[in-house]
Amino acid sequence: MAARVYRTTGIIIKRNKFGEADRLLTIFTADHGKLRAIAKGAMRPGSKLGGNVELLTHSQLMLARGRNLDIVTQAQALDIFLPMRDSLELMSCGFYLSELVDSFIEENVEDREMFELLLDTLRRLTETGDGERMVRFFELRLLGHLGYTPQLQKCANCDRNLQPETNYYNPAQGGVLCRECGYSDMSAGTISVNAQKVLRLWQRSDIATAGRVKLSTELAREIKGILRDNVRYLLEKQLKSIDWLDRLAGDSSLNGDKAVTQNSNGSQE
Amino acid sequence: MNPDFLPSARPISRLIEELNKLPGIGPKSAQRLAYHLLQTPPERTRDLAEAIIAIKQNLRLCSTCLNITDTDPCGICADGTRDTTRICVVEEPIDILPLERTKKFRGLYHVLHGVISPGDGIKPEDLHIRELLDRLNSNSIIEVILATNPNAEGEATSMYIQRLVSPLGIRVTRLARGLPFGGDLEYADDVTLSRAMEGRQEMS
Repeated sequence: MAARVYRTTGIIIKRNKFGEADRLLTIFTADHGKLRAIAKGAMRPGSKLGGNVELLTHSQLMLARGRNLDIVTQAQALDIFLPMRDSLELMSCGFYLSELVDSFIEENVEDREMFELLLDTLRRLTETGDGERMVRFFELRLLGHLGYTPQLQKCANCDRNLQPETNYYNPAQGGVLCRECGYSDMSAGTISVNAQKVLRLWQRSDIATAGRVKLSTELAREIKGILRDNVRYLLEKQLKSIDWLDRLAGDSSLNGDKAVTQNSNGSQE
Repeated sequence: MNPDFLPSARPISRLIEELNKLPGIGPKSAQRLAYHLLQTPPERTRDLAEAIIAIKQNLRLCSTCLNITDTDPCGICADGTRDTTRICVVEEPIDILPLERTKKFRGLYHVLHGVISPGDGIKPEDLHIRELLDRLNSNSIIEVILATNPNAEGEATSMYIQRLVSPLGIRVTRLARGLPFGGDLEYADDVTLSRAMEGRQEMS
């Protein structure tokens, strides 16, 4: 029988009210993957859990096995990513990352690699203040980790080597399509040479290198669109925090028409 | 109907089911309350029923500050002795009570009725931010005090409102974040301690 009490470190990715002053936490832990646990009294001022189990805090945790949900008995924050909390943009990237992880990651499956990626991304984002690129890098790596590595070297349809030219991208096909295949694929969008180069580089570079890649506004927008389409295709829904990120960035035009189709999908359900 | 409540007579099981929906009331407490009510005199239960109906019929939101009220404007907005140049912004009507208890603030309030929460899809339009800006445009306000809760969503909401209000030339302040009275340094979290250190004050 497993020990009644166990310790791990984890990042709080979601927290809901639970009863009067308790919180139901969703924690992405290093050793046990994503799990849900109760933090009793965490909403009372002066609670010793309180700020140690706040959203997007990396904490050392002691948990006791409960009948349904485990209970957080002790928590000590290891990293609170303080600069992120002082910036509306970075905090919003944080909201998005936590929603992304919560949507894609299964409960109770250990996933150390993904945990490290989230931790690294939050650290980088806090150190560099560069939310956009870190989020894009995270999206690409998340896709890869889940087994949906976009095919960027060869045409995802005919397997021929891609020419260094504007090609097509279709998440349903699993990546980039050559001109011939992409032209006849109605659901494929174009992808520029530079976007292909950046994605290829990010697929094999570490996060520090990824952060040094300079992107023009145009290119950043293109890559954002491609990765988001891919995420939405796999989740079969739009993440809720995207609207907010777009509003903050002031480029609701990017998702204008897509948001409409999304709404009509939503109402059919 | 929920099978948990079936053994009782129908009106009782209906009451138990309704009571069970209240916060902090489990099925056992609901049963106890229902049978207690069954034994109370009819006029007492009628008072209770009327009190419950009255909160829905007579209460509404103050057209100025959006606090819950039975008069419009509400008692605080109508009070001529209050400082009309300062507005304290809170998340929920219930947040006004502890602030009033301190007797440290004599200005007016503005209730947002929520916080921006991107993960739950709650956007600024879902809150009463526009009404706040309208108040700021039409009145001689010199200070807006942001008193949203000191957590991720509360801070994000405050930062967002600060962006909208600062360009109007109005002073924007945020409630200090620090150690709770009766607390213990050992158990303080790092955000609170960092803020408490940043906001330390000269002793005089």
